[in-house]
Amino acid sequence: MSLLGEIERSQVVDRGVLRFVTAGSVDDGKSTLIGRLLYDSRAIQQDQLAALERASVRRGIGEIDLSLLTDGLEAEREQGITIDVAYRYFATPRRKFIIADAPGHEQYTRNMATGASTADAAVLLVDVRKRLVEQTRRHLLLARLLGVRHAIVFANKMDLVGYSQAIFEAVRDEIVAFAAPLAFATFDVLPGSALRGDMVVERGAHLGWFDGPTLLERLESLDSSAEEAASAPLRFPVQLVSRPQAATARSYLGRIESGVIARGDEVQVFPGGRRTRVRALAVQGAPREVAAAGDSVSVALADDIDIARGDLIVDPQIPPREARALEATLVWLDMEPLRPGGRYLVQHATRRTLGRIRTVTSRRDVHTLGECPAEGAVAANDIVRVQLALQAPLYVDRYEAVRATGAFILIDEATNRTVAAGMVQ
Amino acid sequence: MSAVLAERRVVLPARSHLDWLESEAIYILREVAGQCQNPVLLFSGGKDSAVLLRLAEKAFRPGGFPFPLMHIDTGHNFPEVIAFRDRRAAELGERLIVRSVEDSIRRGTVRPRTQTDSRNAAQSVTLLEAIGEFGFDAAIGGARRDEEKARAKERLFSFRDEFGQWDPRSQRPELWNLYNARVHAGEHVRVFPISNWTELDVWQYIGRETIDLPPIYYAHRRPVVRRRGLLVPVTPLTPPRAGETVEELSVRFRTVGDVSCTCPVASSAASVEQIVAETIDATLTERGATRMDDQTSEASMERRKREGYF
Repeated sequence: MSLLGEIERSQVVDRGVLRFVTAGSVDDGKSTLIGRLLYDSRAIQQDQLAALERASVRRGIGEIDLSLLTDGLEAEREQGITIDVAYRYFATPRRKFIIADAPGHEQYTRNMATGASTADAAVLLVDVRKRLVEQTRRHLLLARLLGVRHAIVFANKMDLVGYSQAIFEAVRDEIVAFAAPLAFATFDVLPGSALRGDMVVERGAHLGWFDGPTLLERLESLDSSAEEAASAPLRFPVQLVSRPQAATARSYLGRIESGVIARGDEVQVFPGGRRTRVRALAVQGAPREVAAAGDSVSVALADDIDIARGDLIVDPQIPPREARALEATLVWLDMEPLRPGGRYLVQHATRRTLGRIRTVTSRRDVHTLGECPAEGAVAANDIVRVQLALQAPLYVDRYEAVRATGAFILIDEATNRTVAAGMVQ
Repeated sequence: MSAVLAERRVVLPARSHLDWLESEAIYILREVAGQCQNPVLLFSGGKDSAVLLRLAEKAFRPGGFPFPLMHIDTGHNFPEVIAFRDRRAAELGERLIVRSVEDSIRRGTVRPRTQTDSRNAAQSVTLLEAIGEFGFDAAIGGARRDEEKARAKERLFSFRDEFGQWDPRSQRPELWNLYNARVHAGEHVRVFPISNWTELDVWQYIGRETIDLPPIYYAHRRPVVRRRGLLVPVTPLTPPRAGETVEELSVRFRTVGDVSCTCPVASSAASVEQIVAETIDATLTERGATRMDDQTSEASMERRKREGYF
């Protein structure tokens, strides 16, 4: 029996936050699309527009270039490229949106993976004249690899093909055929023009034949990952143990990463596997009967068990797997290549242990993401499958099943840099 | 799933965008406490750091805060803000450290051209000296990504080298909610728990939580002059220039910093609800309307950030 349909939120007016990642290259209109979303939802203010005008004039660009909104750093302006993920915000009465804007070129894999790791949805652009190009295929595959559940492809520049229904439908069919095996939870292809503002926030006057939602309407209606994660088994990594006075009972502080926890529930604690019950529960300081994925909570248990930061409190019916070695997909992030046989810190939920990369078993072609033999050095933006030996066990789920306990990062002990993002297979 | 759950229908309270932001910020504050040896929370008496204090209460009460509070005092303050700072720290019963730019000037590490020069940028020197003095490995601040372009790419955990410098090219990638706060001795991280909040979110939260603020955030009458499109408050540090006319207007501050570079906006909003309404209608960004220092060049915030500024 599934919990889906049983968990519901009361009085949903403000649906909280939806995060989405956008990716694309300079000329597909991505920056214009973001500018259009911000502009039409009134998130751009007069002085920002004035600064844009001045910058556009100085660089000899005739009209206001909305893409200049998103290239924030001096080095980027000098080179005329974007090199890092930028975060943008806008809100409607129904929802607050966080955009992770990942540049499409140089270091694209690393940036796209960063943006996608926290995204509920991916918004990808295609130029309707160019149809489905390799870059869009790669972005769709990466979004799926990182576990993004919803994808929206915006077929842009419809104004340049006379808003032709036939041209749109041909492109849509091609994209849908490519994406079907990826099995996104929801997948939409929408026609529009970011430049003219058609089907972004407003419907516009030219696409009367299309009866689907605008991009903003679609974004307002998607389920967020937290809403979906509430239906997965309980995973509560302990961040801190709180015991204000010696006489008071301990409580465990942390955020519920998946599932639901209620007063009286039986839970299991790893490492150790001891079982106990939830004696009391507080959400953000206030007592509650029940809390769910996404809530920062304080939990008191019925039995006095030795629990520390890094331990995992779970649903005993569906416990995580105890792993002394991991089969994992790595996205390599650091400029220094992977050291085969090398030792790295593994940070998984709130726990850290040491790991050693035993073997690189295969490599994903960065263009097709197809499996190919592991040859040569593993450098930044490479995606590889590895076997990782662990010094102490971790309690993991497959990344596909539970994002929070299937994900980890590798840290280089010498430089302290975050060198790789990992997903448990 | 648990048998308990399977037998019942679970109705969860709706989670608003403020609940989401609050939960994220609490998670970040607890990560700082879990990962860092010697953190500090920067409390200026301004609205963003007042929000941080409420979040810290929610993260750690009934326990004490796992970090002291610290204010870098430029010596050019609005007295209402200093009074609020001291009262708030006393109410919370938490330790407040104050380090002042004046002391750095005496030591010769800050050399202002004149006594009335803006000390906003000089704060960075005093801040880094204080971080060194106490050996802090993490400094929590109330900066937000929506404030300024250079902040849009800022990490939640932002690495600073042994010189306190921010290098936008060598920031650590941040995936999922796996934050890496590891540093070597002498280095530190800046942590921004309300990175994802906008000015509107902050005011909505102040309203929901009835967070106390210095009175100058609400409309009051004040002598000002009009200069380069800004309303400059008339104070001993910022006297009117020749040819300028002093007017008394109803104003409020959207940001509060060094007296010599912070400007109010014309407003009659005397309550949080009225400020929320004005913020929704605002046509200028928070910094564009109020900060002389950010108007200097397109990239001035980025330059100051590289040098250790928040």
